Amino acid sequence: MFMGKKSSRSMSPLQETIYRFSQNKVSLIGLAVVILLLLVIIFGEFVTPFENGVKQNIRIRLQGPSAEHWFGTDAYGRDIFTRVLHGTKYTMMIAFPATFIAEVIGIILGACAAFYSRWFDNILMRVLDVFQAIPGQLLALAVVAALGGSIFNLVIAMLIARIPASVRTARSIMISLVGQEYIDAARSYGSRDYHLIFRHVIPNSLGAMIVSMTINLSAITLQVSSMSYIGLGVSPPTPEWGALLSEAREFIITAPHMIIFPGIAILLTALSFNLVGDGLRDALDPRLRD
Amino acid sequence: MNTSNNMLLKVENLQVVYKARRETVYAVNGVSLSLKKGETLGLVGETGAGKTTTAYAILRVLPDRTAKVVNGTIEFEGKNLLEVPENLMRHGIRGEKIAIIFQDPMSALNPIMKVGDQIAEALKFHNKEELSPEKIEEQVDRTLELVGIQKERKYDFPHQLSGGMKQRVVIAIALVCEPVLIIADEPTTALDVTIQAQVLAMIDELREKLGTAMILITHDLGIVAQMCDNVAIMYAGEIIEIGSVEEIYSGKMQHPYTTGLFGSLPDLEKKTDRLYPIEGLMPDPTDLPTGCKFNPRCPRCMDICREVQPGFSVEGTHRVACHLYGGGTGRETDE
Amino acid sequence: MIKYIIRRLIVLIPIIIGVTLVVFTILEMTPGDPAKMMLGDGATLEQFQAFNAKFGLDKPFVYRFFNYILQLFTRFDFGTSWLTSRPVLDTLKARVPITLIIAVSSIAFASIIGVSLGVISAVKQYSKLDYISRLTAMILAAVPVFWLGMMLAILFALKLGWLPSSGTGSWKHYILPMMTLGLPYSARILRSTRGYMLEAVRQDFVRTARSKGVPERVVIWKHAFLNACLPVINTIGVYMGGLLGGAVVTENVFGCNGLGSFIINSVKRKDIPAVTGGTVFLAIIFALILLSVDILYAFVDPRIKARYTAKGAK
Repeated sequence: MFMGKKSSRSMSPLQETIYRFSQNKVSLIGLAVVILLLLVIIFGEFVTPFENGVKQNIRIRLQGPSAEHWFGTDAYGRDIFTRVLHGTKYTMMIAFPATFIAEVIGIILGACAAFYSRWFDNILMRVLDVFQAIPGQLLALAVVAALGGSIFNLVIAMLIARIPASVRTARSIMISLVGQEYIDAARSYGSRDYHLIFRHVIPNSLGAMIVSMTINLSAITLQVSSMSYIGLGVSPPTPEWGALLSEAREFIITAPHMIIFPGIAILLTALSFNLVGDGLRDALDPRLRD
Repeated sequence: MNTSNNMLLKVENLQVVYKARRETVYAVNGVSLSLKKGETLGLVGETGAGKTTTAYAILRVLPDRTAKVVNGTIEFEGKNLLEVPENLMRHGIRGEKIAIIFQDPMSALNPIMKVGDQIAEALKFHNKEELSPEKIEEQVDRTLELVGIQKERKYDFPHQLSGGMKQRVVIAIALVCEPVLIIADEPTTALDVTIQAQVLAMIDELREKLGTAMILITHDLGIVAQMCDNVAIMYAGEIIEIGSVEEIYSGKMQHPYTTGLFGSLPDLEKKTDRLYPIEGLMPDPTDLPTGCKFNPRCPRCMDICREVQPGFSVEGTHRVACHLYGGGTGRETDE
Repeated sequence: MIKYIIRRLIVLIPIIIGVTLVVFTILEMTPGDPAKMMLGDGATLEQFQAFNAKFGLDKPFVYRFFNYILQLFTRFDFGTSWLTSRPVLDTLKARVPITLIIAVSSIAFASIIGVSLGVISAVKQYSKLDYISRLTAMILAAVPVFWLGMMLAILFALKLGWLPSSGTGSWKHYILPMMTLGLPYSARILRSTRGYMLEAVRQDFVRTARSKGVPERVVIWKHAFLNACLPVINTIGVYMGGLLGGAVVTENVFGCNGLGSFIINSVKRKDIPAVTGGTVFLAIIFALILLSVDILYAFVDPRIKARYTAKGAK
């Protein structure tokens, strides 16, 4: 009600957002995990060489966690810790480009729909209606059915499954922005549309778009792993997390450790993206905070 | 002081704070007022003066997580409402003996409930006479007609009614249990000017007919002159002047803030060239000034005003908290 | 109201045509010759020609598409499987009930848990219960469905031996799939219910109800909750898409022979008509669910109901 604005009076909106985000401990933990995951991709080789995850040794197959093999070993005696660690990059390799491209396409189409003729918006909305009538998982399945499962094809599949939601989010954000008075004001003193789009609408929608991006990253992480799990994504022996779990299925009784650790990796990744997204949303608009 | 028989409500030294994240908002700081049966008290002040908080404290509908009554008593029919257990508050008092008319009729009604049901609800939970459903319906119809709405409209949802009609429904909700005290919280601010007068006249008429006492919260001194017996002027969570309407409007003493309020009111009899609104803003309720809370804005501020909080200077029933009238002589300190 | 429902059903037709077009187009991009894939390299030229003629593959894309639509709307024909040469619809009929049981039981499970805990969490904001349920919800919303399924199977089927871990024989077989799919969605529903509920309890009309002396229980459930219900219903409808997708994966985990495992197997065997038919069918189910959500919404909210009946009367 009478929240003191003393501390934030001299800060720019960006600084203010960063300040508020930094006050949110849970989200900071999420951010730390995301950074850790990125570091693992770069420096994973130094922690445990990929070789350890490929080298087969039947004599130590299906062993539980030990000092030597933190997450145990799989059916071929490969070190699961190494395989999980190196699996990080496959998830990220699919999730990041798919999310980013989906978001860019969302912004472009959303801006066009918000700015240009009504019929473009109408057609776009009808097309989105159709795409959103197909559950995302099935759309991805159809793409993989046609193109086959590979990392590149999974990016395409995730893109097609995610673009409709991205466009819809971007469109609604931009329409709400275009309706605001400063856009009319800018128009009244003769700003051109592209100027308005690039100087006003896109910068102002960026925050909300980044939030939807982080949430998307989490959703794609989950979806990619489930595609691999049902055998329609990245296939073994590539140590993608879902593929690891797919391999582990038949050992559900004898070696549950094969299931537990890759699952926790997926869970942590999706969770930390969600935490960052939630934290950003609260930081951008403190009124939404619960 | 003994409570005379016709004393209805007596608030003493009421203090309410809101606790936000790191700050404490001092919303009501030692308010004392009293009300006899059938009497009307105008509670006047700017937005943020603590009028609504006082009203909510009396009904005990303050947001319980943030707001806290830190001191004071609210005596109603001889009971201290602050000590009444919640279930008795709900059964005997809230909605039954004390009812409130809210400020904004647009949001005060449940959008997915028929207005008749919303009126009947109050009756159902206070059904001491064990009225049959038909009797309850009758009572609803009667109340609706009382506030000038055809009884057929009770099947309407709020979105089907105009703003003025919604406020009439809100009033009907307050009246349906025939309370002895109505708190009207700026009942007309959300309405068009033309409807304002109608609704006010109706409230006044009904109040007189039913013999109900009323606390009328407003920032409009014109309305007060029309409808009230007594007036209390609030500023920054305190009552700075209280008395009968005549005393406030033409008494010997007048608080500079009250003078300011009159100055910002167009006077139809005297020909003034311009209005004199009070300079400055209400003080930050998390950081109130020492001494008289009005001193930063007061045109007649003296040195003492910045240091000592003035007590009441009394003349008959008229009390003014200002050093101009020797108020320094001592006010019972709250601390 | 009936007029409104009929109008909404008519709007479904272009959506179904659009969905079919999208699925057709995506699957058209499959590289290679279907006849070769199905019959193998050893088949004769006549066999290839016969296969192509039988499934209309000698006709251009546009012809096949319009023919499919025509057959779909006139004879409810979802195409013929390349693999078994039987109508896809026959298989769908046998398998859809399993998927529907899983989807409906899990959404019911998720809604009951999510909505009730969400309301309590909001009413007792910042209490221990609120923290615990929010923390659990945060984790559950990030759990991969199939992994949760495996973990539940390890716990309830392998360790405790309470429930069967695969198949569809009895009602017991459906409990693990229901929990697997329901738990993550109960978490999501909890979060949104809590949010809408927090908004609702701060509304003025809730204060009005309280000032009438209405008991707190009635204030919360009749006034705040019924209003918060509207956006919650909407959210649950939106989640149905993800839930149906999740059902596909869940069936795979628990070896249920539903629509999902049919689609997955058909994808693996490149039985394109089966994939098309299954996907289109599931999209129709999804559209019907969204439609019923809209109708339910209109039923609860008098404002929307009034708008529709007014429109319907014209």
